[in-house]
Amino acid sequence: MIGNLWIHPAAVMALGALLMPLVPRAAKKAYLLLVPALAFGAVYLMNGEWGTYGVFKVLDFELIFGRVDRLSHVFGYIMTLMAFIGTLYGLHEKEDAQHMAAWLYVSGSLGTIYSGDFLTLFVFWELMAFASVFLVWFRRRPQSLWTGYRYLMVHTAGGLALLAGFILRWKATGSLAFELLDVQNPDLATYLIGAGFILNAAVPPLHAWLPDAYGEATVGGAVFMCAFTTKTAVYCLARGLAGLDILVPLGVFMALYGVVYAVLENDARRLLAYHIISQVGYMVAGCGLGTEMAINGAAAHAFAHILYKGLLFMGTGSVLYMTGKSKFTELGGLWEKMPRAFVYTLIGGLSISAFPLFSGFVSKSMIIAAGFEEHNYWAGFLLTLASAGTFLHTGLKVPYFIWFGKNNCSKETWEKAADPPWNMEWAMIIASFLCIFIGSYTPYLYNLLPYPEAAAEYHPYTAYHLSETLQILLFTALGFFLLLKKLEPEPKISIDMDWFYRMGGRLFYRLARGPIQSADSAWGEGYRYCGLFPLMTTARFWSWFDWHGIDTVVDGIARTVRAVGGQVRRLQTGQVQMTLFYTVSVAAAVLVIFVLG
Amino acid sequence: MIVKIISFLRERLRTVIRLSYVVLALLVAWDVVFVDKHHAHTWAEKHIPGFWALFGFVACVLIIIVSKWYGHLGIMTREDYYDR
Repeated sequence: MIGNLWIHPAAVMALGALLMPLVPRAAKKAYLLLVPALAFGAVYLMNGEWGTYGVFKVLDFELIFGRVDRLSHVFGYIMTLMAFIGTLYGLHEKEDAQHMAAWLYVSGSLGTIYSGDFLTLFVFWELMAFASVFLVWFRRRPQSLWTGYRYLMVHTAGGLALLAGFILRWKATGSLAFELLDVQNPDLATYLIGAGFILNAAVPPLHAWLPDAYGEATVGGAVFMCAFTTKTAVYCLARGLAGLDILVPLGVFMALYGVVYAVLENDARRLLAYHIISQVGYMVAGCGLGTEMAINGAAAHAFAHILYKGLLFMGTGSVLYMTGKSKFTELGGLWEKMPRAFVYTLIGGLSISAFPLFSGFVSKSMIIAAGFEEHNYWAGFLLTLASAGTFLHTGLKVPYFIWFGKNNCSKETWEKAADPPWNMEWAMIIASFLCIFIGSYTPYLYNLLPYPEAAAEYHPYTAYHLSETLQILLFTALGFFLLLKKLEPEPKISIDMDWFYRMGGRLFYRLARGPIQSADSAWGEGYRYCGLFPLMTTARFWSWFDWHGIDTVVDGIARTVRAVGGQVRRLQTGQVQMTLFYTVSVAAAVLVIFVLG
Repeated sequence: MIVKIISFLRERLRTVIRLSYVVLALLVAWDVVFVDKHHAHTWAEKHIPGFWALFGFVACVLIIIVSKWYGHLGIMTREDYYDR
């Protein structure tokens, strides 16, 4: 807000991205820091100026670009802040396109968060998917291309479910406003919209895209990806589906699911990706509980999570950047070579584990407490169980097997290892500071939450909560060191839900090479006999008829039929795919006319 | 500085481990003797001394054993599984 002028932070990021190639090289670094800072400024100035901005009427639709309230504000705040930290982390990157992809991705996220109607939401939602896939492709390994395509296809499927839900809802209610849906009596539209949201929140079984893509993304790209897609989805759940009962068991299940796969994982960044699933599980469960305290908890945990997960991806990313390795079986014993990266990663690990004085302690506990308060004891206990798992992996396994443990480094890896460049380090310093600041000074975060009165009544630093947390964490550590042998990393991958579409895709490919291709040829042959042959015979007959010139009146018919035969032949080349294409197009057109009519 | 601290501790690993056990014992003692449990939500928390210590340890062991068991059912496979 500057006076009465409302500036959309997504527009700042998008415009900044589009103008990037025009900026001279000498000013590039300043520019890279300036634009996210401006976007953060735009969000910062909105504080308290609640209302609806940027409303446009297009045809019958009302497009709302700026719904500014407490819920959208807290998400916009942390996302622009993370955009700054993430850009600082990738400042050394010389390729403009990488920064542009990241910023357009941020822009998609911010646009979704401030949108007040489903149409605007959908456009930004798709922008998110299409911009972020480049962060995978820019890794430029042979497998990056395939991973990117898988990522894109899964998100396209999710987007379609979302769109179908929007259309059904519009037919039923005549409204596209993005408000709380009727979660007490959910209908098909609600479930389709929910499916679109939970796919982006990586709720199993719709989650396999996340470790697949985040493990393969570029070093800087993963820092962005781990912050935006899932947390935007959490925002949408908190806004549209708060109190939908099924989200509680789903959230608890995903909190545990991520933990199990994290035990098995050998790649540090894929382990962290599985832990995103686990952590987002808390937020999804919070959205499902739907009380003021639970929504506060979901927003607070998303806020804290973006910072500490970004920090963890920066820490392991700096190891990957310096050594080219991210697997535990190729690392180890690096404490002498990268001591500072170790400390930052440890701070991230302690924050995610909810250690007292670190950010997770004041955010995660809010959701668990909301569960206990609703007398949802099994949810409370299982989420506590998952947080023991969180400390086990992220607080202990990641730092231990990279910086201590058995030294698996090759000579080359060992020589390359050193603390990362200054910009990476500063990004980690800022994130580390914020993790500790949030955990130590609660009013900073609690005043930003959607229900500040409810948040003010919650006190995480009680003797009981401290004692409970320290016991769980320290005895988990005891278990870790006693069972260290069992946890030794194994150079293996774990099969997950992506098996179905990866192997399913292969099956389709085989089908395409075998049966479908022969069906296509058979179709072509059949068409030649049943379609063209009679046509040509007719034409020849008329030709003969004409040739023999019985009557001058029928003189032109032969030529006409021949011409028509040729036209039909051109229209229908007799290929299955073309026929399918025409059929599907006509069906789609009929569907659109039916829906709009 | 960080390297110095870490090597200092590593050279005295035995002492560090012993100290850690003392900390664990003190923590449980503090919980049993001093911490007010009137507001705890469930019966177990109120009546089992050091309930959360037990919970944390069992949780950790359970997670490791169950996950590894699950992984060795055939979920963990060779790294080039998808390449062929």
